[in-house]
Amino acid sequence: MAQYSQARFDVSFAALSDPVRRGVLEQLMRADASVTVLAERFRMTLTGMRKHLGVLEEAKLVTTEKVGRVRSCRLGPRRLEEEAEWIENYRQLWAARFDALDTVIDELKRKEKRDGRKK
Amino acid sequence: MVARSESEPAALGNRTTSERKSDRVLVIRRTFDAPARLVFEAWTTPALFRQWWVPKSSGASLLSCQQDVRVGGSYRLEFAHPKAETPMAFFGRYLEVVPDSRLVWTNEESDDGAVTTVTFEEKDGRTLLVMSELYPSKRAFDIAMEGMDEAMPETFEQLDEFLAGRAVGAQRS
Repeated sequence: MAQYSQARFDVSFAALSDPVRRGVLEQLMRADASVTVLAERFRMTLTGMRKHLGVLEEAKLVTTEKVGRVRSCRLGPRRLEEEAEWIENYRQLWAARFDALDTVIDELKRKEKRDGRKK
Repeated sequence: MVARSESEPAALGNRTTSERKSDRVLVIRRTFDAPARLVFEAWTTPALFRQWWVPKSSGASLLSCQQDVRVGGSYRLEFAHPKAETPMAFFGRYLEVVPDSRLVWTNEESDDGAVTTVTFEEKDGRTLLVMSELYPSKRAFDIAMEGMDEAMPETFEQLDEFLAGRAVGAQRS
């Protein structure tokens, strides 16, 4: 984690700022796909899809490989692991806290019901 | 997917979500089935705060908790963890305090700590809590992520187990 470069982090977030590119990544998480299939799925021209894939490749989120006439796309080595993992861990910490907070609040509600509202 | 993810639905359908809003801001959201004044009370009363701030599964325990909840007032939390040789302290000052509605505080245990804003928005007897952490720079955010990643992996493993195996109400204090 500590070794990743600042520049690469920047490129990743720029790559993820676009809904089509996020959609492409979700698609590729399920299965590899050709440029043509991706273009059709997102209702884009081949040129438009190639542009998006170029940004994702730059960020190392996707790799493409030409097999015969078909350019096949799959998730790149970088994936989303570093950022996503950290954010998910942090979210889980807060989810656990808030579940415990629910318990505290339920107790407050019960107490209020029993004693009547102060103030 | 990346920037936003959600937990398993809780018993009442209240989920904690996270979203990286920009390279300096992380936002956590959660709805509570209670009026804002109760959520605020649980957040600002030390005796209540200590019942929920440290997930039992984390293995950590809260040694002390001081909160002087008023503008300019300070807070200090000290934790012990079996894997840490010395207690860890988290501290800072309250920049804004609006009862039942808004809290803003600094995190001063590290240089370049975030400023945390929590808002409590009540609607139809339920409260949406939005917590936003603003780092002074993108680099500061990245450093915070690295630091936590190195410091907390075991904690999160335990947390994972806790979340996976937790029975409703089992973590009552």
